[in-house]
Amino acid sequence: MAFINPRNKEVQVKIVYYGPGRGGKTTNLEHINSKFKERIRSEMVSIKTYGDRTLFFDFLPFEVGKIKGYDVRIQLYTVPGQVKYNATRRLVLKGVDGIVFVADSMTVQREKNLISLKGLQENLEAHNKNIFGVPLVLQYNKRDLKKRNIPILPFDVMEQDLNNRLKVASLGASAVTGENVLPTLKKIISATMSSLQDDLK
Amino acid sequence: MENSFTPEKLDKIESILAEDLIEAGANSVIFIDRAGNIMARQDNGHCEHDVYSLAALGAGNFGAVNAMANIVGEDEFSLLFHKGQKESLHFSKVDEESLLIIIFGKDVSLGFLRLKVAEAVKKIREI
Ligand SMILES: Nc1nc2c(ncn2[C@@H]2O[C@H](COP(=O)(O)OP(=O)(O)OP(=O)(O)O)[C@@H](O)[C@H]2O)c(=O)[nH]1
Ligand SMILES: [Mg+2]
Repeated sequence: MAFINPRNKEVQVKIVYYGPGRGGKTTNLEHINSKFKERIRSEMVSIKTYGDRTLFFDFLPFEVGKIKGYDVRIQLYTVPGQVKYNATRRLVLKGVDGIVFVADSMTVQREKNLISLKGLQENLEAHNKNIFGVPLVLQYNKRDLKKRNIPILPFDVMEQDLNNRLKVASLGASAVTGENVLPTLKKIISATMSSLQDDLK
Repeated sequence: MENSFTPEKLDKIESILAEDLIEAGANSVIFIDRAGNIMARQDNGHCEHDVYSLAALGAGNFGAVNAMANIVGEDEFSLLFHKGQKESLHFSKVDEESLLIIIFGKDVSLGFLRLKVAEAVKKIREI
């Protein structure tokens, strides 16, 4: 749950980037960090292993100005995508307000996306949350690979696989080139803030 | 909303943090929820630490240590302490949803600090 401070009129919102290992969650945050340098006062925190895989989480806080008279502080987190770190993913989801699911467009990763999305649903249930009730945006990452002749899943197939029942906003993106990284962020921030509307008075 | 506090309650918590902990020599104190949000904070005016990152890491650390506690058959470890050359960190559970993180220097004795923390936690619970 977002923490709303009525005294100094500040709200802290937790947005988590979730998805299969090597899907590009950390790369999304790195891109945001490089684009928003002037708004980000602290360093991005990354707890990772030697091979640059996320071990615990990445953390990037920044301010987005005032909404309904409240200073809004967005805190972005990533989870570690590797299968063995499920307990850690569950911990990071504690108190989540909005989720970006970063799917890997590579054809060979199709099954991994499905497993990860199912894991998200289960992990939310452990926190008494329903995946259909949490603000969520799907990002189909690595669309740039098409140009390099690496087989990727057509957008429609990914929609069918992942968004058939959820019916949430979805975007094709490339975290390495930055394409649609900020639009993804904007979508999840606006979905999350509108879900908090009634609590901000 | 589960963890929204009234301004009066936040005022009270901040004065407890100031009077019991900053007065006792702590450099900085943050009161956070288990999601890593800062609910209240106080410092001695010469503390430049990035408390938002500290809160995120502190909540994660506490969660990880409690998961380890479960593995060895404990319900939880309600207290954690990390000692440094100049600055040390003290974590303690306030209730199921909140934690207190205290940054203090080597001029403060751990025993004394623990006593003060226990008092502060008790007062916060009673609000
Ligand atoms: N071609 C291409 N490569 C990408 C893209 N996004 C990420 N990568 C690469 O994929 C690899 C993994 O990216 P990360 O951002 O570390 O993936 P992650 O989801 O954080 O992985 P975990 O931390 O293990 O869960 C890196 O080598 C990235 O450079 C993309 O859009 N296109
Ligand atoms: Mg990562």
